[in-house]
Amino acid sequence: MELGLSLSAVLFVLGLIGVMVRRNLIMILMSLEVMLNATGLAFIVAGSRWGEADGQIMFLLILTLAAAEVGVGLGLALQIFHRFRTLDADSVNEMQG
Amino acid sequence: MLELLGWVPLFPFLGFLTLVLAGERLSKALVSWIGIGSVGISALLVSLISFEFLNGTLEPYRLLLGSWMEIDDLSVPFGFYLDALSMTMLFVVTGVGFLIHFYSAGFMESDPGYARFFAYMNLFISAMLVLVLSDNLVLLYLGWEGVGLGSYLLIGFWYENPDNGYAARKAFVMTRIGDTALALGLFLLFTQLHTFDIHSLMLRAANQWPAGTLLPMVSAALLLGGALGKSAQLPLQTWLPDAMAGPTPVSALIHAATMVTAGVYLIARTHGLFLLAPTVQFAVAVIGAVTLLIAGCSALAQTDIKRILAYSTISQIGYMFLALGVGAWSAAIFHLLTHAFFKALLFLAAGAVIFCFHHEHNIFKMGGLRKAMPLVFWSFMIGSAALAALPFTSGFYSKHEILLAAFKTSPALWAAGCLGALITGIYSFRLIFVVFFGQQSRAVDKGLGWSMTIPLVLLAVLALFGGLLQIPLDSVFPDLFSPEQDSTLVSVITVAAPFLGLFIAVLFYLTGTLSAQRFANYNWAKPIRQLFLSGWGFDALYDILLVRPFNTITKLNKNDAIDVPFLGIAWLSRRLHRLTSASQTGRVRWYASSLVLGAAVIIAIALLS
Amino acid sequence: MALILFYITSAVAIFASVMMITRLNAVHGLLYLILSLLAVGVIFFLLGAHFAAVLEVIIYAGAIMVLFVFVIMMLNQGQKTIKQERIWLQPRIWIGPSVLAFILFVEILVIVVLGDNAETGHIVNSKQVGIALYGPYLLAVELASILLLAGLVGAYHLGKPMLKTTKPGINS
Repeated sequence: MELGLSLSAVLFVLGLIGVMVRRNLIMILMSLEVMLNATGLAFIVAGSRWGEADGQIMFLLILTLAAAEVGVGLGLALQIFHRFRTLDADSVNEMQG
Repeated sequence: MLELLGWVPLFPFLGFLTLVLAGERLSKALVSWIGIGSVGISALLVSLISFEFLNGTLEPYRLLLGSWMEIDDLSVPFGFYLDALSMTMLFVVTGVGFLIHFYSAGFMESDPGYARFFAYMNLFISAMLVLVLSDNLVLLYLGWEGVGLGSYLLIGFWYENPDNGYAARKAFVMTRIGDTALALGLFLLFTQLHTFDIHSLMLRAANQWPAGTLLPMVSAALLLGGALGKSAQLPLQTWLPDAMAGPTPVSALIHAATMVTAGVYLIARTHGLFLLAPTVQFAVAVIGAVTLLIAGCSALAQTDIKRILAYSTISQIGYMFLALGVGAWSAAIFHLLTHAFFKALLFLAAGAVIFCFHHEHNIFKMGGLRKAMPLVFWSFMIGSAALAALPFTSGFYSKHEILLAAFKTSPALWAAGCLGALITGIYSFRLIFVVFFGQQSRAVDKGLGWSMTIPLVLLAVLALFGGLLQIPLDSVFPDLFSPEQDSTLVSVITVAAPFLGLFIAVLFYLTGTLSAQRFANYNWAKPIRQLFLSGWGFDALYDILLVRPFNTITKLNKNDAIDVPFLGIAWLSRRLHRLTSASQTGRVRWYASSLVLGAAVIIAIALLS
Repeated sequence: MALILFYITSAVAIFASVMMITRLNAVHGLLYLILSLLAVGVIFFLLGAHFAAVLEVIIYAGAIMVLFVFVIMMLNQGQKTIKQERIWLQPRIWIGPSVLAFILFVEILVIVVLGDNAETGHIVNSKQVGIALYGPYLLAVELASILLLAGLVGAYHLGKPMLKTTKPGINS
């Protein structure tokens, strides 16, 4: 089981690095997907260990969440592109301090 | 009637309060009435009180007005003490003070700060009255500080000119040095003898301290230090010539008649203590003798009319100190009285010259004023005669007593005093001959009003006949001298010395037989003249010793090292603010990274604990 | 046997994820992401969660990735974005986040390894999942559907002004 969880950890961390490093909004969203996927993997591993259906149900809910999030996130990304003419995540910074 | 004593300092103080709070809004006439009237009422009260006192038993009269501080055995009441000594001082302060106030109404007439002037003068008078009337040292110190304040305010009266401010500051700082010594003496006396009341102090000191031991010497020396500051004796004498920056009535009142005599009064009051410390008493005499010579020589070379009179004041107070030092207490106080008369007369007359002669101060730019201002000329003649102690003037009686008493203690001191009398004769008549004889350089601007002439006349009368006043000072002092036992040679030399000085002045300045110019141009005379002109170089000495190191230290500390912790707190807050505001970048990735960082830290803490 | 398969598949998944986060071209990254998702799906299958594996492939690698493809194609980035990305992705940018993430990884690993070592691989078939869904997790299903509805409405609302003001296929 710890192999599965370790894999999940690796994938999660990779996705985290992608979120922290990339500036393109789409790439950030894609890294976010990797992170969600890794979490789902962890749940499946747990469910498999106990032999219960709960793991897969959690994974189903995570999937639903990911779908909704992608829909809204991409809509937002499109809005930002429309307004700022760029997909640079740093360009939506209006702070002056 | 004696109970009215408490009102004597009160009226000038009320005058001060009224004028300082509302003086700007009152008419000039009303200001004059309040300012002069308050002192006038005090003078009237003093005359009534003295009449009753002198016709009585001459027992000291105590008046307790209330308590200032009462803690354990520390008792400082508002107590007044009237005996012949304080009565003499009262007479001087209120009498001469009243005449000077009267004169000021004319002198300061066109000055915009008229009300302020009278307010400060009233403050000064009330503080001086508290000083001379107090029965304990702390109340005396209150008056002492009050006159210092009044002096500062009045020297720097024309504050728009920064030089006046510097002169006022110099006076205040130098007298402060003396005040500190006085305060230390106060503390020493209290911790050792547990009282502040002057007469109890004298009694307890006489009982508990053997003569010539350390404690009376140290406390007497400290009191002497205080007196030196206020009375402008060596080494604290350099403030007085610069204090002439104030208006002339101020110079007359404060720096001739009253404040500078406070030191003499202090030593006279605490004479019991000085009797227990003969070394210190002798030091008083020596300081007096040296100062009178130094100041007299300095007066010889001055060209500013008021500076001549200032150095003359220092010199005459030196005579008073000399008298105190040889044990001629009554003579010292008598000289104080007569000096108040003729010095105030001289200053007021000099003020008249300045007033009418378009504010000229340099005597060599004046000349031949004898015919243009006859009253002033005769005032100067009478005053200078009294100053030089020519026979039958008031100054003659007092100075003669001092010199004869000095001879009994030490012929060297007597010789110094005679030499001083000679020099006094030279410079006082030099002043008269240069100003009033010879060719008149310019016409006189304006005439004197009656408010300026009346005080001159009255003071002239007092200067002439004041020597006949008999004040029973032996009820206060244990004088040990009787005048009949002197050798005639000593008396003759004492009387002749000022005449010799007058003769020398005639030769140089009146008839031109000897030329002062040629004399001054001799190579050996030039440095001496420079020495005299600068007051024996004390200003330069203090500049090198004290002022320059102080300025260097303050320049080093220009950025104020002491302030660093306080400024540092502000600086630190600003730095921290900038640091924390830098964490708000507005960038998503930065925030995500901070989330990760936070998570890592928290999990690490959870794992490690 | 299953273990070797597991290792190979996890290697593929990790490789694909690494490639994905380092690509300059968004479409290339997308393709690698799909690969990663498929690999994870295989792992699900190996773990005995057949239903989850199928869902992963159909919904995740199917619908959601297609959504991404649509958007990327619509925002026709072109060569200039690749140049921009090259500028943005300096090697030194990777250091900080990598270190942080590595620390986190180590921590998670520690937690995982210190746990119990039971065996995985019990097959949980779709029937069980379905019964659980309609039983105890009924409310969760409803909530999930409301979430999807919210996402739908939000996406529509966000996209609406764009429909009015931009012509399709415009090159920004």
